[in-house]
Amino acid sequence: MNSPDSAQSPGPSARPPAATLEFRKATKRYPGQSDAAVDELSLTVASGEICVLVGPSGCGKTTAMRMVNRMIDITDGDILLDDSSVKERRPAELRRDIGYAIQQIGLFPHLSIADNIATVPRLLGWPKDRIRARVDELLELVSLDPAETRDRYPGQLSGGQRQRIGVARALAVDPPLMLMDEPFGAIDPINRERLQNEFLRLQREIRKTIVFVTHDIDEAIKMGDRIAVLQKGGKLAQYAPPAELLMYPDGRFVEDFVGADRALKRLALQRVRDIDLWKAPLVRVGESVAEARAKVADSDLPYPLLVDGDGRPIGWLSERALAGERVEDVRRSQAEPVVELDDVLRDALSDLLQHETQYGPVVDSRGAVAGVLSVEVIGHALKADPDDVRSGADALVEED
Amino acid sequence: MLDLLAQVELRDRSGEGASCVADDGLCPDWIVDNFDRYTDPLLQHVVLTVVSLAIGFSISFGMALLAHRRRWLVAPITQVTGILYTLPSLAVFFLLLPLTGRGNTTAIIALVSYSLLIIFRNVMAGLDNVPEETKDAGRGMGLTDRQLLWRVELPLALPEILAGLRIAATTTVGLATLAFFAGAGGLGEQIFSDIVFKSNVVTAGGLAVLLAVVLDALILLLQRAVTPWTRARAT
Repeated sequence: MNSPDSAQSPGPSARPPAATLEFRKATKRYPGQSDAAVDELSLTVASGEICVLVGPSGCGKTTAMRMVNRMIDITDGDILLDDSSVKERRPAELRRDIGYAIQQIGLFPHLSIADNIATVPRLLGWPKDRIRARVDELLELVSLDPAETRDRYPGQLSGGQRQRIGVARALAVDPPLMLMDEPFGAIDPINRERLQNEFLRLQREIRKTIVFVTHDIDEAIKMGDRIAVLQKGGKLAQYAPPAELLMYPDGRFVEDFVGADRALKRLALQRVRDIDLWKAPLVRVGESVAEARAKVADSDLPYPLLVDGDGRPIGWLSERALAGERVEDVRRSQAEPVVELDDVLRDALSDLLQHETQYGPVVDSRGAVAGVLSVEVIGHALKADPDDVRSGADALVEED
Repeated sequence: MLDLLAQVELRDRSGEGASCVADDGLCPDWIVDNFDRYTDPLLQHVVLTVVSLAIGFSISFGMALLAHRRRWLVAPITQVTGILYTLPSLAVFFLLLPLTGRGNTTAIIALVSYSLLIIFRNVMAGLDNVPEETKDAGRGMGLTDRQLLWRVELPLALPEILAGLRIAATTTVGLATLAFFAGAGGLGEQIFSDIVFKSNVVTAGGLAVLLAVVLDALILLLQRAVTPWTRARAT
């Protein structure tokens, strides 16, 4: 997508690349309303992590996010950005230090893409050539061609392109903290998935501290290093990494919110390479039958798996293949489905079910058999300690 | 009224092309020969219109900016300018005569008061139509209220603002033909100086229409020049 050093260009000053954020009993009450919009919210976001605020509508998640850059002022409690209170900063100055991306994007229709991205750099008085260089750099960072894009108006771009510009604009001065309110909410499902993956890859490079608001638990599980589930009245129901949230939902509300299929959702957090696979009894044509039988006895499987000279799976052998002295090519079935080490467990399980089989060979990037995945193995994986399950961002950025 | 009209000097119609002129007809030769009679009234008309528009725009624009941040001002301003708008302009001229006397001042006050509602309403509409998410994004990025107004809201309101100015311009050109009742001259004086002579009425009236069209086109050109984004389409 881009060179790794493109994201490391220094900001306006030698500021740290990512901030820490702490909500300390942060509360928002509107006059005339008995219930608080956000009620004594306390949580800490570590530097470089994505914290997802998720919950049903009216749970105060957007309010909580907007309190960080003082778009909404807190009534009680405090919010600390790098250990200093946001209440002590002038709102406009504070906001220039915090990236801001919203669902409706809010690009300025009367300004070119370059001028849109240059909004905050201009407010901070960057010199012209530095702004120009930064704009091109950011366009490349979000996979858009600078020469083709920079002089266009927002109205000339597709929804997905506008969304990327929104992210680029939020990143313009390399802010240590980003606020993102349903940034992919208005995009169709296919493009949303693409943008999510793209953003997770980007995040692996830029390692910003991010507060990400969504109402979609699947998006939360996918994007979050930690997820804060809020319920009506702005109360924090649980704050935990995705795997822990799915495995040990704290109370009825969270359990209902993450859904009855939470075990299946956890399968989306793990990859085949992360779990202990069955050892495959690999045999080649012409091998001694005694040796082949020994391999089968040593494995969890009833049949040997025939492989070619490079170790690629060909098929499951029948009893007749082992009738003579040497292994012959008599298959009971093809080696289908073939699962890849990088597949997430959810997709792998789906493959097995679709082929009406209990197990299938797993191959590495060269196509050679690395083990066998079975429904039983997946069952074991679900019982694993959530600490062993990597967070969404880490698991997904390795997709390509 | 009668003595006002009596002060208007009737044009000398003797001379060449006698029969057409004597019949009060439409005589191209007479128009060509006497065209210089219309330059001064036309200039007066232009000055009246442009000065009134400039003053009217400044006042309305200022009021709109005030009302944009203090919404409670919208209703009283709309009511007051609305009353000014509905007053018959002739009546305004005569009401003002004892106060400001005959001349440009009276005419301009009347013309300005007539343009206020049109321009004020359009500036307000333009500012109100700026998408909420655009303003939210601007504030969220750290624009102050003033920066948001001048860099985002007003540029985006330009199409409506200039549309209001176009309506006000054509209306003012028309109303300025009555300015001679206040003693401010203009093409109206020329028309009423000999209202039965077709050549005269057509020339003076035609010039007024032409002035309206030219002003309208100029503002339209200005609008196209300052709002390039409204024409940019996906390619």
